[in-house]
Formats: sequence, C-alpha cells, structure tokens
Amino acid sequence: MSFPEVHQLLHGIPITCHAFNKDRTQVAVSPNNHEVHIYRKAGTSWTLSQILEEHDKLVTSIDWAPETNKIVSCAQDRNAYVWTLDAASGQWKPQLVLLRINRAATFVRWSPREDKFAVATGSRLIAIAHFDVDNDWYITKHIRKPIRSTVLSIEWHPENILIAAGCADMKARVFSAYVKGIDAKAANPVWGEKLPFGTVCGEFGTTNGGWVHDVAFSPSGNVLAWVGHDGNVSFSYGPQGPVFTALSTGLPLVSLSFVAEDAVVAAGHDCIPFLFKMTGQQWEIVDRIDKGNAKSASTENSAMDMFKKMASRAQTTADVELNSRHQNTITSVRPYLTQGDRVTMFSTSGVDGKLIIWRL
Amino acid sequence: MSNTLRPYLTAVRATLTAAMCLENFSSQVVERHNKPEIEAQTTKESLLTPVVISRNENEKVLIEPSINSLRISIKIKQADDLERVLAHMFTRFLMMRAENFVILRRKAIQGYDISFLITNFHTEAMFKHKLVDFIIQFMEEVDKEISEMKLSINARARIVAESYLSQFS
Repeated sequence: MSFPEVHQLLHGIPITCHAFNKDRTQVAVSPNNHEVHIYRKAGTSWTLSQILEEHDKLVTSIDWAPETNKIVSCAQDRNAYVWTLDAASGQWKPQLVLLRINRAATFVRWSPREDKFAVATGSRLIAIAHFDVDNDWYITKHIRKPIRSTVLSIEWHPENILIAAGCADMKARVFSAYVKGIDAKAANPVWGEKLPFGTVCGEFGTTNGGWVHDVAFSPSGNVLAWVGHDGNVSFSYGPQGPVFTALSTGLPLVSLSFVAEDAVVAAGHDCIPFLFKMTGQQWEIVDRIDKGNAKSASTENSAMDMFKKMASRAQTTADVELNSRHQNTITSVRPYLTQGDRVTMFSTSGVDGKLIIWRL
Repeated sequence: MSNTLRPYLTAVRATLTAAMCLENFSSQVVERHNKPEIEAQTTKESLLTPVVISRNENEKVLIEPSINSLRISIKIKQADDLERVLAHMFTRFLMMRAENFVILRRKAIQGYDISFLITNFHTEAMFKHKLVDFIIQFMEEVDKEISEMKLSINARARIVAESYLSQFS
C-alpha cells in the first residue's frame, strides 16, 4: 500500500486517541465515548475485534505497553484501568487503578520499562502508579506542586525516572517520578543530580502564553519539546541550557513527537503534520508532510464569480473538502516504526475519524 | 456591496478560524461534568481574551474564545426605528427556535442582538471551516433580510395608505 496509508476507522466520529501494540497488528482507539475499540489488521484494512467497556465517561487516553502487552486507559470518569489479555479466553481483563483523584483523568503513558505509568488529571496533579505485588493492586503517588491547572499531556524520559508534563497553566515542567523499590538510584547529567520523587527539574513557559498541549523528549532524553496554544514549538536543552522557539505560521499545534534527535513532527488544528528540524543553530519548520493535492485551476469560476465571493464571504472559493489527508484537527501523533534511533514511520489520528500512517 | 464589508468579514473570518481551535476539556470545578468554559467562567486560565471587531458603532462582533467553547455575539446594523423593530423581531424569532439552529444561543449577550455558542462537540460533529462559513454567511444575510423586510413594509404601507386615501379623492 502506498504511503500515507489512510484508514477511515470511524465515520463522523472523532478518534480521541490511539495506541498500537508492539508488532502493530492491533490498534486500540477511543471512538469519542466510554468504550475502547481494538482493531485487528486484516490484510490492508482494520477490522473491529473487541470492545472494552468498563469506563462510563469519555476515554481520554490509551497506551499499550509493547513488552508486557498491557493496555492502560483513562477517562473523564476519574478512573484508569489496566487491561491484561487472558490467554485462555482471548479476552481483555480490566483492573481498576486506585488513582485517588476527584476530577477527570486526561492523559496516560506507560514508562519506558513498563513498570509504572503516569496519569495526568484535571485535579491539578499527576498520579504515578505502579503495581504492588503484596496487595495485588496498583497504587499511586501524587505529584502536586507546583501544578496550577489541568495537566494536558505527559511524556516519560527514556531513562524511566523523569517525566515531562504540559499543563493548562501555560507551563511545561519536568518532574522526577522516582519510586523507591522500583527504580535504582539515578542521576541525570542534564536534568539534575538528586532526584527524589516530585522534584521539579525544569519549568518552561510558552513564548506568547497559551496552554501547553503536548510535550516530548528526544530519543536521548536531553531535549524537551513542547507545543503551546500560541502555535509555536519550543525546545529546551535542560534547566540551564538554551531554549529555542520555532515559529509556525498556522493554527495551534496539538501533538508532537520526536522522530530523531534533531527532528520533530508536530500536528494540530491545521490538519497537516509539520516537520521541524535543527538546522545549524536554530530549530525551524522545514516541511509540511502532507503536501495535499495540486489544485486544478477551476475554469468554471468566472472572474465575476470570484469577485462576488470575495466581496460577500471574504474568500474566493467555497470548498467543502480541505486540501489535506486529515479533514479535521489532528489530536495525536505517535511513532509507528523505529529503525535504530530514527522513527521512519509515524501515525496520526484526528477528529475526522481517520488513522493515517505516514512515512518520513 | 460596500467596500468596507470585505476587510470586516476577513477579520471576522480569521479571528473565528483561530478561535475555533477547541478541545475536550472536562470541568476542573465540578467532578464528572463537562461544560463550556466560556459560559461557566469558573476557571480563569481556560479563557482567552475576548476580541471585538467593529465596522462602525452600529455593527460589531464580539468573539470570546476559551479552551473548549467560544461565544460569538453580533450587533446587527440598525439605522432607524423600523430597522430596530425588525432586527428585534427577527432575532427573537430565531432565538425562540434556538435548538433547531444547534449553535444558536437562547439569549444574546448584553449589548448585542444575537449570540452563538460553539463548543468542542460542535466542531467534532461539523467541519470547522463550514461553521465559520455559516457565521459569515449569516452576518451578510441578516443585513440583507432586514433591508428587504424594511422595503416590503414600506411598500405595503404605501399601498395601504393609497387605498385608504383613495376614498377621499
């Protein structure tokens, strides 16, 4: 199949989030309601294989641990569930996570070693959960300070200790999520020497203000990138390091992901994924990955028509379709295939119900 | 079409497009609730600065964006008493049937004639650029509609007056 692969999983229903399994034969999506749908790859298309129903409000985020093959989902009903595949019956079994929060859970990610996960919440905290073998349940610790508003996104540092969070109080922060008994004592040359649980290792604002929609660590973990509602992407090289801002000219970006140490893919309300690169001394936007279709010059529109439309509606053409693969906001960008330290393929899902796999 | 209308509509279109970047955001104040932040006004950081775009003192648009909703209020041109009455009756007619118009607000913001409330659920169900088109189209149609109504009222008044006065001639 030629790239980009466009899969219209849902018609007229947004895909709130998506997560692939390790070998990318299955994908878990939330169809903008309380369910988690698992699609299985059949040839070149996807077929719905299972529906996981345990939440009773909008499922906001899903993550699929590649090695342990566990799914974690969180929802606006204040709960998170860890789903384990029962090998005998082939069914996914839910296990409730005691998050101890009283507002919506907004975002969830497994840590790189898959021994803990972090849940962003609307009760102005981040819950770090890990499995307690003695009691056979997941227990959580909270990072509260200095978060002042809903946490919108989370990303783990590749070394399993640090966590970055993008927040509606217009800040991106890096915290330590060190859990005694699970993590070996660790220090990071970039982000800090002493890292007890909850340490704030860095706090960054957006250039022109605006909620921080998403955060990402580079493959080495030394660069933190975040996108704000001001439409810019910012990059920080550690708490003492320099901060770069790549200006974008379009609508705000909502999601981003590193594809190499010096390259980032970001997408959002423009419905187009953009490629940002470190060129020389500056991060800048280098490419729009969705080139769209070359418009054929329409001949039926007379000049008179064009003037009339411009005068009455302040635009020359009235197209129903946007000139891009996605027809509505892209809400999630995730790496799909990694070769060495470069991501060669990535997937995006959006409000238009499409899941698209792109090759770089 | 007057030549000041185009920059006015261009400004409204650009502002609406930027303001319509909405996402699902559940309430930080009440658990398990999800309400338009621009109406609730309970979480300061989720609101953006309101923008007024005015063509002249009689015609302006107020756009109030927030993280999951935006409110658009339009002040319709009213040159004389007759237009004032017509605009009032017309917007009242629409607002009484607000649920049929999906994004129409039942009550206008003070100082404006008609208000729309667009939430993230509307932008999920409908194309964003089409919503913008709809508002723009509404803005130009409503002026046309009212001036047409004014003309037909005047014409009717003339006919009534003529037929009444013909008795005395």
